[in-house]
Amino acid sequence: MKGQRTRWGLGMAGLLAWRNLAHDRSRFIVTLVGIIFAVVLIAMQIGLFLGFSDSTTNVIRHTRADFWIVAKGSQNFEVTLPINEREIYLARSVPGVAAAEPLLVQFGNWKRPGGGDESVLVVGTDLNTGLAGPWNIVAGRLEDLRRPDAVMIDLVFADKLGVHEVGTTVEILGRRARVVGFTRGIRSFTTSPWVFASYRTAQHLTGFPETDTNYVIGTLAPDADPAEVRAALVAALPRTDVYLSEQFAARTRDYWMFTTGAGASVLVSAVLGLLVGMVIVAQVLYATTVDHLPEFGTLRAMGAPRAFVYKVILGQAVLSATLGHLPGILLALAVAKASEAGAAVILIPWELAVGLYGVTLAMCVLASVVSIRKAMDIDPAMVFQR
Amino acid sequence: MPQTNAHPGSALETCGLSLVYGSGETAVTALDGVDFAVSAGEVLALMGPSGSGKTSLLMILGCLLRPSSGEVWVEGRAIANLPDRDLGRLRLQRMGFIFQSYNLFPALTAAENVQVALELKGRDLNDAAGLLERVGLGKRLHNFPRQLSGGEKQRVAIARALAGDPPILLADEPTAALDSTNGRAVVNLLCELAHEQGRAVVVVTHDPRVGDLADRVVRIEDGRLCS
Ligand SMILES: Nc1ncnc2c1ncn2[C@@H]1O[C@H](COP(=O)(O)OP(=O)(O)OP(=O)(O)O)[C@@H](O)[C@H]1O
Ligand SMILES: [Mg+2]
Repeated sequence: MKGQRTRWGLGMAGLLAWRNLAHDRSRFIVTLVGIIFAVVLIAMQIGLFLGFSDSTTNVIRHTRADFWIVAKGSQNFEVTLPINEREIYLARSVPGVAAAEPLLVQFGNWKRPGGGDESVLVVGTDLNTGLAGPWNIVAGRLEDLRRPDAVMIDLVFADKLGVHEVGTTVEILGRRARVVGFTRGIRSFTTSPWVFASYRTAQHLTGFPETDTNYVIGTLAPDADPAEVRAALVAALPRTDVYLSEQFAARTRDYWMFTTGAGASVLVSAVLGLLVGMVIVAQVLYATTVDHLPEFGTLRAMGAPRAFVYKVILGQAVLSATLGHLPGILLALAVAKASEAGAAVILIPWELAVGLYGVTLAMCVLASVVSIRKAMDIDPAMVFQR
Repeated sequence: MPQTNAHPGSALETCGLSLVYGSGETAVTALDGVDFAVSAGEVLALMGPSGSGKTSLLMILGCLLRPSSGEVWVEGRAIANLPDRDLGRLRLQRMGFIFQSYNLFPALTAAENVQVALELKGRDLNDAAGLLERVGLGKRLHNFPRQLSGGEKQRVAIARALAGDPPILLADEPTAALDSTNGRAVVNLLCELAHEQGRAVVVVTHDPRVGDLADRVVRIEDGRLCS
């Protein structure tokens, strides 16, 4: 006869756990659907959070700048007060600074070719240094942006901006602009699409005063100590805040995700998903245990140690978690894949996928605690009293 | 003052056993001064009217219930002071239980039902086939309880009780749910198991035919044994 002692290392307890679940197929399917629902919900919410979080800093992270200089008190990348262009020259004079250049970010009004307005964020960068500017260009060339009225937009926003072809003419703040190329996958956290342009074009399109700029970005000399140079910049430019790139990205991300509450609401949904999932799983595991209560009584009457009963109930929890997590995460990954074309991307890195297994497992085990108590409360003598 | 048992050879023995359920106005005296012994190789039928205390006595003998007073010896060992955990171990290693409603695990096959007991008792799981053969179910190893008749289910339960070769078998109304043919087969099997392998078997029953086949009949009325 085939011995089954090694099944999942839990022996007959593991077999009993599995069979108890599989015995009532329709209820087991309800359990799995509940867990899958919870896993998908949590993965979506955290994935959205990560996607949003990623999109708040994508332009910052794709520049090669080592530091960012911005008007004092600015909280995010999108909205800043102007600073005087002289700060560029002051920055260049600080020892350890290899290069410094202006960068412009301004809200503007985009008139769609077919009619209608859209608020956009115009980003103007110095094309000569290549420190910042559009990336992932899928139509047109970076060089094309040198034309006086040239801009690039992302395919994600093509519908929103009403432009699908290179060469289309549009109006930004009443001034003529031509779309000379498209990028792919450059989302914005604010609902306003990015519009990339050369620094001069951006100045012209937004009517920004020539004596001012939004940012001074720059690089450090190869052997310079970032913290020291930053301290020197702070001392030399008292009207500004100076950040190293990671600091600035973190500040912008924290502003959008936490100060505005946008991220918090997404996280709250994730926690709700967890709670809903837990309640469903607890319900079903409890019902399964109650159904098999006489069997636990029989086991206890036979003299089975408590550990055996624990193993059966925890085995049910672990099996449910494992069989629910797998399809759940696959479904979530499929949705994430599909989201790549949309304006809100869902990011599910492998750490999240694996970590969610731990969460699912914890959820199922916690949910079975009530069942364990119930099973332990039965009097083994009850097996004779019917 | 620790008592000693009067019949050192007996598998189970009680002295002055009484049991009161509840307290105050609702107190029920289920057992009252029961002196009882059963020896190895003996089939004892415990008979009496409904509510006379048969099941209560069987539960005390099976260490599932502690008496209100009196002493119980299992294979000569007094159990009054043993903690619950040790009583569980005693049941597991020295006793097999057979219930009126079989109490099989419905999601497990006949063989797997027996294997649960074998694993709990630390025995080889491959013994299941032999045990089921012994009760005449060598061909039904992979059937689930719902695919078996009542008599077959009770025989699976007996095979499970036999796992680990316990010297004591305790059965509460094992034939009550069976027709006379199947009931007789089950009782004959219990008798064989007692006589061939020297087990002590206590069978609680209403069934007069069980009394006919048993080695000894003990009658109980209102919680007292009558001779
Ligand atoms: N848990 C309990 N609480 C209170 N009284 C109980 C309990 N269990 C049994 N009794 C009472 O104890 C007495 C003996 O019960 P017991 O179950 O031992 O009888 P029995 O001989 O097995 O009866 P039957 O033949 O109907 O199974 C009865 O009067 C019963 O009502
Ligand atoms: Mg009874």
